[in-house]
Amino acid sequence: MTDIPDPSAWSCPLPLRDHPAVVMGHGGGGTLSAELVEHLFLPAFDDPALRLLHDAAVVEAPAGRLALTTDSFVVRPLFFPGGSIGDLAINGTVNDLAMVGAIPLYLTAGFVLEEGLPLATLGGIVQRMRAAARAAGVRIVAGDTKVVDRGHGDGCYINTAGVGVVAPHVDLSPRHARPGDRVLVSGTIGDHGTAILSVREGLEFESVITSDCAPLTGLAQAVLAAAPGTRVLRDATRGGVAAVLTEIAQAAGVGVVLEEGALPVRPEVRGACELLGLDPLFVANEGKMVAIVPAAEADAALAAVRADPLGRDAAVIGTVTADHPGFLVARTGIGATRVVPLPLGEQLPRIC
Amino acid sequence: MPQPRHLDRTGPVKYLTEFRDGAAARALAREIRETATRRWPIMEVCGGQTHSIIRNGIDQLLPDEVELIHGPGCPVCVTPLEVIDRALAIAARPGVIFCSFGDMLRVPGSAHDLFRVKSEGGDVRVVYSPLDALALARQHPDREVVFFGIGFETTAPANAMAVHLARREGLRNFSMLVSHVLVPPAIEAIMAAPRNRVRAFLAAGHVCCVMGWWQYPPLAERFGAPIVVTGFEPLDILEGIRRAVRQLEAGEARVENAYERAVTFEGNRPAQRLLAEVFEPVDRAWRGIGVIPRSGWRLRDAYRDFDAEARFDVGGIVTHESAACRAGDVLQGIIKPHECAAFGTDCTPRTPLGATMVSSEGACAAYYNYGRLHQLQRA
Repeated sequence: MTDIPDPSAWSCPLPLRDHPAVVMGHGGGGTLSAELVEHLFLPAFDDPALRLLHDAAVVEAPAGRLALTTDSFVVRPLFFPGGSIGDLAINGTVNDLAMVGAIPLYLTAGFVLEEGLPLATLGGIVQRMRAAARAAGVRIVAGDTKVVDRGHGDGCYINTAGVGVVAPHVDLSPRHARPGDRVLVSGTIGDHGTAILSVREGLEFESVITSDCAPLTGLAQAVLAAAPGTRVLRDATRGGVAAVLTEIAQAAGVGVVLEEGALPVRPEVRGACELLGLDPLFVANEGKMVAIVPAAEADAALAAVRADPLGRDAAVIGTVTADHPGFLVARTGIGATRVVPLPLGEQLPRIC
Repeated sequence: MPQPRHLDRTGPVKYLTEFRDGAAARALAREIRETATRRWPIMEVCGGQTHSIIRNGIDQLLPDEVELIHGPGCPVCVTPLEVIDRALAIAARPGVIFCSFGDMLRVPGSAHDLFRVKSEGGDVRVVYSPLDALALARQHPDREVVFFGIGFETTAPANAMAVHLARREGLRNFSMLVSHVLVPPAIEAIMAAPRNRVRAFLAAGHVCCVMGWWQYPPLAERFGAPIVVTGFEPLDILEGIRRAVRQLEAGEARVENAYERAVTFEGNRPAQRLLAEVFEPVDRAWRGIGVIPRSGWRLRDAYRDFDAEARFDVGGIVTHESAACRAGDVLQGIIKPHECAAFGTDCTPRTPLGATMVSSEGACAAYYNYGRLHQLQRA
């Protein structure tokens, strides 16, 4: 699998070479901690507010309302086709901000490192975070590192918190969905979860399935510009598109009807899900947005999303209805309907 | 709104598109409607077919004359409670790596499930093949690796192969908790039951891939019931139903193979030889139904060293089903799920009394979800 990012491309700066892997001292607040910050984190994140190394970052406050969010990232393996935990840590928080219509500005990054994690791996993760932050247009202004004993973590956990600014007229909420609205998805579904599962289970397919990890700010702003009446934006992460739509149906007291035939799914993802007994509707995405827009603005919203390379596979996949409030219903390929029930926990592969 | 073109191509697995074609499905359904003149209860034996019926809404295309009864072919649903309790006991042991197919993890034993065992420190792992468990046994010679070998004739060859390889390699730390069940004895038990309503069967295509269909003509003849070997895609299932209805209307009772692209009369002979070498028939309890003579497989004496039940001495664990659960009657088509007193009250997908409420395509869980929708639509 050639397109898994290669952390070994990162070369360890001189003072860090005495310890090629994370040791408890890297979290101890002494010289080792300082060296890690100075030679690994600061050059990568390269931010004037961060460089001051104060207890908190002091940044300019934009006019208007602030959006705040936080998310923790736990993924195995740390690097996978199309991304890494570093990409997820940036884009996950950026996307949470983007979904309330915010322009993401500042991020903090907290690391929980497991003793023994190769510094080259950490370096690789941090490089990916740098690139992802640049691509998303956010600054990483504060950080923290803790080290836990070997065996007490999966190499690296990351928490990021983010601040963004929301324009005055923007008011997005799952409660705003109304009967008659259209449901858009910004591209193919199930890519991220299937990519992770296929590397975790050592499954090899003819073509590599790649995570869709990407920032959604551009798509979100494009929809808001083209469809000012937009009711809801959601990124369809854990639980997939089905979980997001069920939550919207429950929050707004409406029903949602999906056209299964309209769902954009890559053939290789569809095949892998068939093989594993999974439904792409429940599989996680890391760069896909669901938008609920008034019917009259649906065409404009779709055109705006498709104009962005990240949204070229966007499709209208369903309708909001007054029927069956709280329920997601799918119209199947053969023209029948079924309730799409949320799994209680994780989706479990079926035996046959 | 059509799909972007590059997503519209069919790719190598045409079954995902051609065998789900809406127009062809409706044409088949129309033919079934025109053929059926009276009520015919038809049982699909296999859980995979039930899943496809629910997932695609195939039953909604059918006329009232065709009543589909979801049979006892979900291996998760029919694995007896006490076997699950034995699995839980083994999985909780220190030093054991307990491997299972994913959907067994949430099936409740008498006290809890494998997820709970895992949260309490048991090393429970989801695998996709018993050969993955075998690989774990090679990697961890200091641990006992146990595979939960359940399922019908479909999953049995891979399980037999795993045990066969373990013996050949002298892997002393691998064993299997075997609870295999067989389709033909189940059909026989259902048809011989005094309250039986089933008039025809869709036989499970993948079971027949392995075993062929030579076992079925005596059953069709003895009980006067058509048996149609049927696949899993919507068109496969509709074609199976079409052929069954045509036979019923004509007063025939033959075995037909509607899954010729995968199934032959003889089946997979090398797999059958391996199965005969590793397993022997045994009377087996089916959850909710009871003991059916010679309806399961266990390891032969030559392979008994790999029997987890003996190795961990859990054979003495005996438990009983919830008295309120009527999953057995549901699986035999004697009652519909909502006719059970516990349905939707004591028994829901969150608090299942029986396995048919556990998996989302279990007959009871499917009724539960649809039932809620229909209530809402009526209100």
